[in-house]
Amino acid sequence: MIAALIFYMFAGLAVAAGVMVISARNPVHSVLFLILAFFNAAGLFLLLGAEFLAMVLVVVYVGAVAVLFLFVVMMLDINFLKLREGVAQYLPIGAVIGLVLVVELGVIFGGWAFAPDVEALIRAPAPAADQITNTEALGRLLYTDYAYLFQASGLILLVAMVGSILLTHRRRPGVRKQVIADQIARTAKNSVEIVKVPTGGGI
Amino acid sequence: MFAIGLAHYLTVAAILFTLGVFGIFLNRKNVIIIMMSVELMLLAVNLNMVAFSSFLNDLVGQVFTMFILTVAAAEAAIGLAIVVVFFRNRGTIAVEEISQLKG
Repeated sequence: MIAALIFYMFAGLAVAAGVMVISARNPVHSVLFLILAFFNAAGLFLLLGAEFLAMVLVVVYVGAVAVLFLFVVMMLDINFLKLREGVAQYLPIGAVIGLVLVVELGVIFGGWAFAPDVEALIRAPAPAADQITNTEALGRLLYTDYAYLFQASGLILLVAMVGSILLTHRRRPGVRKQVIADQIARTAKNSVEIVKVPTGGGI
Repeated sequence: MFAIGLAHYLTVAAILFTLGVFGIFLNRKNVIIIMMSVELMLLAVNLNMVAFSSFLNDLVGQVFTMFILTVAAAEAAIGLAIVVVFFRNRGTIAVEEISQLKG
């Protein structure tokens, strides 16, 4: 009973936040509602017993991705209201396509059932929750059976990092930076000069 | 109604996914909102994965959810970098202006 109420709270808030993400006038509000949706999805993950993924969702999505969106929205100097022109024009076609999608998903879920041999198809049975935590079970699976995929996902992140730095990095002219090679190459011979000063003449 | 089954979670995920698709149509001019809609769709997919993983008692679904999270983070980073570079060059992020973004 209480679990059901908590589920409905999380689900309802997630859907409401999703509606606000796409309908808010101010993109900053959109990002904040996106964060709310992520938090509620993390709550749903917790209800499903995926504790580690719930925490990862909060840390990675809220802490990194959503804040990145927030940075970009606040950094770009754009008239966002102008970008919202024509929403009423796109509304009917979008509503039709959304409705079609919902009906299709409903049809699929309505006539859907588990395969009869579903028990035999389970690749990695989750251990009982009182023996081992979800994090430990996931880690054991990830670092043994899926080690190569894990490395590959690290590579994907590396490529993303290199790509975004390469894209946004720019060389600005007129900036005086420390050139360590020049400093090390400097010797007394080419930087100190002994001058004979004639008496009363100055340099 | 008070017994929460797999269908409940799948319904929530379906609604969130549809909201993502709808958001792309609704905010056709704003790349940033479109990317947020894509994030919403990925979140719905993750919810599906975790729900099946939990109800089938199979941990592989959660492993794949982690990979989806990784790809989503990479996608958001590169997409936003492209948006920033485009804004720096053109001074706008309207989608119809991005048609010459090639080669």
